[in-house]
Amino acid sequence: MKSLRIIRPTAQVLRAVTSSASSTATGRQYSTSPPNARLNIPTDFSTTPILSHSSQSALRNPELSAEVRNSTTKRMNLFQAINDALSTALATDDSVLLFGEDVAFGGVFRCSMNLSQNFGSDRVFNTPLTEQGILGFGIGLAAEGMRPVAEIQFADYVYPAFDQLVNEAAKYRYRDGTNGRGVGGLTVRMPCGGVGHGALYHSQSPESLFTHIPGLRVIMPRGPIQAKGLLLAAIASNDPCIFMEPKALYRAAVEQVPVSSYTLPLSSAEILKPGSDVTVISYGHPLYTCSAAIEHIEKDLGLSVELIDLRTVYPWDKETVLKSVRKTGRCVVVHESMINAGIGAEVAAAIQEDKETFLRLEAPVKRCAGWSIHMPLLYEKLNIPDVARVYDSIKQVTEY
Amino acid sequence: MNPRIPRACLARAGRSLSLSSVCRVTPRRCFSRARQRLGEHKDDRLRFPGALEAKFTTDLNFHNPKDNDVISCYRVMDSEGVIVDKTYKRDFSDEEAVKLYTDMLGVSIMDLICLDAQRQGRISFYMVSSGEEGIAVGSSSALSVEDVAFAQYREVGFLMQRGFTFTDAMSQLFANIKDPGRGRNMPVHYGSTALNVHTISSPLATQLPHAAGAAYALKMQHLSSPKSSPRIAVCLFGEGAASEGDFHAAFNIAATRGCPVLFICRNNGYAISTPTADQYRGDGIVSRAAGYGINSIRVDGNDILAVREATKRAKDLCLGTSDGGEAKPVFIEAMSYRVSHHSTSDDSFAYRARVEVEDWKRRDNPITRFRKYLENEGLWDDAKETEARLSIKKELLKAFSAAEKEKKPEILSMFEDIYEELTPELKAQRAELKDILERYPDEYDLSEYDKGKDSL
Repeated sequence: MKSLRIIRPTAQVLRAVTSSASSTATGRQYSTSPPNARLNIPTDFSTTPILSHSSQSALRNPELSAEVRNSTTKRMNLFQAINDALSTALATDDSVLLFGEDVAFGGVFRCSMNLSQNFGSDRVFNTPLTEQGILGFGIGLAAEGMRPVAEIQFADYVYPAFDQLVNEAAKYRYRDGTNGRGVGGLTVRMPCGGVGHGALYHSQSPESLFTHIPGLRVIMPRGPIQAKGLLLAAIASNDPCIFMEPKALYRAAVEQVPVSSYTLPLSSAEILKPGSDVTVISYGHPLYTCSAAIEHIEKDLGLSVELIDLRTVYPWDKETVLKSVRKTGRCVVVHESMINAGIGAEVAAAIQEDKETFLRLEAPVKRCAGWSIHMPLLYEKLNIPDVARVYDSIKQVTEY
Repeated sequence: MNPRIPRACLARAGRSLSLSSVCRVTPRRCFSRARQRLGEHKDDRLRFPGALEAKFTTDLNFHNPKDNDVISCYRVMDSEGVIVDKTYKRDFSDEEAVKLYTDMLGVSIMDLICLDAQRQGRISFYMVSSGEEGIAVGSSSALSVEDVAFAQYREVGFLMQRGFTFTDAMSQLFANIKDPGRGRNMPVHYGSTALNVHTISSPLATQLPHAAGAAYALKMQHLSSPKSSPRIAVCLFGEGAASEGDFHAAFNIAATRGCPVLFICRNNGYAISTPTADQYRGDGIVSRAAGYGINSIRVDGNDILAVREATKRAKDLCLGTSDGGEAKPVFIEAMSYRVSHHSTSDDSFAYRARVEVEDWKRRDNPITRFRKYLENEGLWDDAKETEARLSIKKELLKAFSAAEKEKKPEILSMFEDIYEELTPELKAQRAELKDILERYPDEYDLSEYDKGKDSL
């Protein structure tokens, strides 16, 4: 709990400074919306339809086995769900190991709390501060039959390990051929995405860089239920997986999570909300923004909007997306990371490339994403797609 | 929710998580060791946790690496094959000694023939091992085939000592249907599951942290089934590769995690055209090991007996059996000279004098030195030499022409092994390629591929 000792005085000092130096306008701008805002209102995580607030809705999921559907749930936030998944994986398979910078004391986001104590410092341990070393070490473990779960403290710091990911992890099975070795046991976890004040190096979403690497599976959960099911699927997968955790949801997203062990399918999208006029495609944190925008626009314009969560961004579930767009004829793709060569570019290209879907298109595919800039501290709210921008994007494709 | 989290933080974290606690700029806290040692603290020693063994001094002296003695180079025999380490006792049979020699000879004969084959355009690329056969064969001979190996690319002798055949090598060089790499890798990127050698990849030094991780896996696997014999991982690389960040990462992580890994550096004086003076300014690579807290030794790489002896002891040290301690990494820097060009794409006389190379060829190399030793022992003579060279060449040429005649792997191989199973995207691309091949049959020569376009 060392870090929390540091937080308390810092937080008190911060509050004192903001309240005395300026009035409520600047003091509150951080967490509240402009007085007349109708769309850009912060997500109310306690009521959002994205999360399962009751046991019944959590267990209704047909992707769960009958056994899990008949079991119980527990209220967890995203970091607790990840902790639960890691704990489950460590308990059920001796070859699972967890390591990275500062994971032994529980991790800077608390995802590995109590795991070192419960499973031993041989299996849950700190590494020196070297991302290329962490992934190289993980690749060696996986190549000798273990199931390492490596943590990169922030996705922003994965780049020193890029060579190990691109040239080694992704190509290991391919170059080994009939020798039959691979590093499919490897899972790389990393917190990603905007968090309000992370600026250049605590906000990035580099998923599209990984989607240009054949051999890797790239996964991003939207909430605690997914985090547990997809992480357990990633650990069990015989392909190396990049598991990206939207850090802003670690504490914010809370839902009822099945207590038993379960997996959710990889490379399979989920239709979060069916609709007939427009398809909105996203993944991770922006799904909450999309959901709010859809709620408003359906009310305002009498539309019916389908919302799809990609869940795995590569290899992605093209079929579910194409099927939906063939039905609606209109599509908006939403993501936090930069628009250029982002996931939206691939999704939009695939839609126009598919002969059948192309003929059904009623409007150009709209990408609503981060601008082509770095994440600036003061301007994050103007960079990440918000409810107003998603609302307007849907409006644009319907009015075309 | 953990009750120890302050309420004020929770309220704030509900909306967006505070980064102040987790930014990379936050100093890392590691006082536990310091706390443990407070009781035994003396005034002349540091309390700072980063170097608890250090004493204070009032002499303002920068530590100059030149104050250290240059690390000596261990040898067993001199350049005439005469044993100079009086304590040395050969621990292997005469037959095994001869086998070590013929393994090295086999590598050098294969080098000559494959170099010519590349010059004739029969294989696309080749890299010889001249001058470094002793490091590869010697180190391999001191290990078990169960010990997991990672190599750079100039260590085919390591595989051959383990039982890699000329047919295996030729299949890979020709990328034919018997190549386990299924025609995907450049020549000399060998690998073998049966021989526990991971497939070589071109990026330099990436295999160093792999070896550390593999060693940790071996340690954990031995812990969970203590009846199995303990194994180590061994990793070979050149002095140029040691400048990569992965070298640093691997040495450091191997030390902190107590990995039974043996790192062996072939310091042959050049990384392509770059001489060691442009590569580093310390005392070779061996002097770095102490900085990582790793036991190390410098050996004469032209002395196969010294390489073998050092490797044997290193394995015991790695496993902690020789000092009754715990598993740990060990480092050997084997000094040699790259007699050959870097690869078939390199003419080394563009950056070094021909006479320097000729000098080295004449003065000393691991094969002639060991031959002298064998002759001194009465195990070898000119007649045996002639006979061995003839039979090796014959066996090699047979493997060579058989490999050249084999079909190439099926085209489908290009799409497989990306993922465990073909993804829908890959299936669609396979069909698209097949369609192109069918509609433009004159544009592609598929005769060398097994099953032609039908595999798609």
